[in-house]
Amino acid sequence: MTFRYLPMTEQDKKEMMEAVGIGSTEELFKDIPEKVRFKGDLQIEEALPEPELVTYMSSLAQKNRNTKDFASFLGAGVYDHYTPSIVNHVTLRSEFYTAYTPYQPEISQGELQAIFEFQTMICELTGMDVANSSMYDGGTALAEAALLSAGQTKRKKIIVSKSVHPESRAVLQTYANGQFLEVVEVGTKDGLTDLDELKTAVDGETACVLVQYPNFFGQVESLKEIEEIVHNQKAMFVVSSNPLSLGVLTPPGKFGADVVVGDAQVFGIPQGFGGPHCGYFAVTQKLMRKVPGRLVGQTVDENGKRGFVLTLQAREQHIRRDKATSNICSNQALNALAASVAMTALGKQGMKEIAVQNIQKAHYAKNVLAEKGLKIAYEAPFFNEFVVKLNGPVKEINKKLLENGMIGGYDLGRDYPELKNHMLIAVTELRTKAEIDKLATVLEGL
Amino acid sequence: MNNHDTALIFELSKEGRVGYSLSGLDVPEVSLDSLIPSDYIREEPAGLPEVSELQIMRHYTALSKRNHGVDSGFYPLGSCTMKYNPKINEDVARFPGFAQIHPLQNEETVQGAMEMLYNLQTSLAEITGMDEVTLQPAAGAHGEWTGLMMIRAYHEANGDRHRTKVIVPDSAHGTNPASATVAGFDSITVKSDERGLVDLDDLRRVVGEDTAALMLTNPNTLGLFEENILEMAAIVHEAGGKLYYDGANMNAIMGYTRPGDMGFDVVHLNLHKTFTGPHGGGGPGSGPVGVKKDLIPFLPKPVLKKKGEGFTFEYDRPQSIGRVKPYYGNFGINVRAYTYIRTMGPQGLKNVSEYAVLNANYLMRRLEPHFDLPFTQHCKHEFVLSGRRQKKLGVRTLDMAKRLLDFGYHPPTIYFPLSVEEAIMIEPTETESKETLDEFIDAMIQIAQEAEKSPEVVQEAPHSTVVKRLDEAMAARKPVLRYVVK
Repeated sequence: MTFRYLPMTEQDKKEMMEAVGIGSTEELFKDIPEKVRFKGDLQIEEALPEPELVTYMSSLAQKNRNTKDFASFLGAGVYDHYTPSIVNHVTLRSEFYTAYTPYQPEISQGELQAIFEFQTMICELTGMDVANSSMYDGGTALAEAALLSAGQTKRKKIIVSKSVHPESRAVLQTYANGQFLEVVEVGTKDGLTDLDELKTAVDGETACVLVQYPNFFGQVESLKEIEEIVHNQKAMFVVSSNPLSLGVLTPPGKFGADVVVGDAQVFGIPQGFGGPHCGYFAVTQKLMRKVPGRLVGQTVDENGKRGFVLTLQAREQHIRRDKATSNICSNQALNALAASVAMTALGKQGMKEIAVQNIQKAHYAKNVLAEKGLKIAYEAPFFNEFVVKLNGPVKEINKKLLENGMIGGYDLGRDYPELKNHMLIAVTELRTKAEIDKLATVLEGL
Repeated sequence: MNNHDTALIFELSKEGRVGYSLSGLDVPEVSLDSLIPSDYIREEPAGLPEVSELQIMRHYTALSKRNHGVDSGFYPLGSCTMKYNPKINEDVARFPGFAQIHPLQNEETVQGAMEMLYNLQTSLAEITGMDEVTLQPAAGAHGEWTGLMMIRAYHEANGDRHRTKVIVPDSAHGTNPASATVAGFDSITVKSDERGLVDLDDLRRVVGEDTAALMLTNPNTLGLFEENILEMAAIVHEAGGKLYYDGANMNAIMGYTRPGDMGFDVVHLNLHKTFTGPHGGGGPGSGPVGVKKDLIPFLPKPVLKKKGEGFTFEYDRPQSIGRVKPYYGNFGINVRAYTYIRTMGPQGLKNVSEYAVLNANYLMRRLEPHFDLPFTQHCKHEFVLSGRRQKKLGVRTLDMAKRLLDFGYHPPTIYFPLSVEEAIMIEPTETESKETLDEFIDAMIQIAQEAEKSPEVVQEAPHSTVVKRLDEAMAARKPVLRYVVK
């Protein structure tokens, strides 16, 4: 059998073996001890020709209910947003997607410049001085922010609000275990971080306080009050933020955040069953040399022409080994490119318009649901998500919604026992008034 | 070339231009001030560019032309496995049933995605000889950390809290010790012998009651198979430690041997290397981890299980190290890897390793007369030359790497591993034709000759790239990490 990715012909093989001085390629594997030589065939499925493969993979894909065919009200950290067509056309330029990390700057100026622009856009949105070239996702970026804070303050207590994404908190706990750090969770009151509880928890041992803005319930945390509590104890203020919301919300940098992290999935990156997305990591100037991951910097070439390189690499694992600020190497470069294209397409005006539309549509949905007699759990200002109390299990209600062509919201009872039968509903700019009205009608009848 | 080839997107911005199209607001508009307190409403819009769609496309097309990928030309970057990235992978990953599904949908609505993941993890377990595989880690380094966290949890569950040391060979990639640190271990080094393999006596000296694990790539970073692997496994296991396999070099051994059969307890793979998930200019990757039976209880949550005819995520795992990533890993990359495995099948994957190794040996033998070859035995999928002969002529390995740019090649990995002076680490992969290899050999020989006859041609390279050598010292001394938007 021949394979379309393997150009080796019998003639090539013969000539090459001659040059190497062997009579069989088996000789090249003689250093593998007989005892561990694999005999026989790997027990995996046989190769499929391209047409059959497309049919098969497509049959697997078709078993899934997708958000193109169903109107989705599911968010909880991953969102169905407008993706300009141009995003896909750029990310399919194979000069980008078949390249490695830009370690040879002379032939990687395209990637390097694109990332430099990404770093700039993230700084602009978050109101921070420095942003890196991306992290795996928002959850691991948050965990890395905690590690950075512990290193910077030489303190071991990490405080996180329960209004931070439950899966991010779970990831944080695992990273904290790795570094022998203590994680203290602060409760919520009316769907916002309980400031009294926070005040009591933060002390001279606290490395950082982690909050989410808008938080997991969609509500706008009082960053101003939280900042005072955090900085009074000289702890680090870490804010995880949906960057699309920052088209309209005051950026965390304005409230004195030391580190801002989050996920740029909202900018042109498919939900893709949870990944790959695109974590971002932004800090103040003071923390520039503590940032995990890769940074692109501007410089000049021998002729004084502007160019870009990976820089401040003394922080990184391949140079510092066990003393590195983080072990991250591969990041999400291609998705950072996708996010850059989407942010560019939206531009100054579109970024605001899309954020405003999310607020408007989500508030319309809240009002319609309330009018239908559904109980809205919280009353604080919110972005594009809010919590409703339902009359039955969310899982069952979502089945009914699916029958009506909709993907329902997130079952908060999974993470918050006190929120049994509570649904977190996301309404993005893509949801039409008709879809929202239909959601209200169907929910009313359940 | 005009000025616009290098303009930043911000420099093309002009007030009033747009590159997007949103539906008009179809719900009654309410004043923003009535919804959000004024302190929390952004005063100044973010300084994003204002450009039209064609301007965006031209901008990124121009950037792409200033970038070298595998599709542009040969990319023999050692240890990175820069093989062809199949186009069907890209198509399949974009099917709405894979791309447009939400990770928190009811499980009944995403059974196809879960079936795909289950098939992939089962295939990877077979290819590596492990008992169970998690697909959650996002990249190789993330997989390393996940694997080490499991080893730590295993020792702690046995009451072995004093096992704080992870042993890494002196030829190991820097990520290994960095991952050990993040997982709460100290790393110590074991020396290589004159043949480039782990020195067994030194290994016996460094193992002990404090040994948590030995991390190893096999073939190692010199492209050499650690033929004493069984003795090494015995030494580490007898001391009570675990054996960790860094799968960066898996491309050399598929169907020939399996880490699980060599005695490894934990394995991570880089799906963006061996299994063709594209490198994407630095990511996203995917770094699944396979384990032997005794480590299964410590796998990260959730664990994907078959249940009757369907599939489910299992969360009730009391001994699990916990979550390592939100949701279920880099699914989109996993789709691509599975598509590739189904394209190749068992015979195809074995051919992959056979040809990757033959290509590397062919290059090595053809280049051997012209460069120093520190380790002369057959190599696996990659090999390391030393540029010390040329260095004596005043031409460094860096110069030769830059000179290769003029021939349209991405240079090999250089100055790694650290144990080889002026190292040049070459990995051709199996997807390159003999013609490409021959042309590359000619270029390398020409450069070796230039080093003797006209060293300045090499020293001043590159001559044909869009920028000359860049001032990296200045970039680090006075960092400019963003454009200041006017």
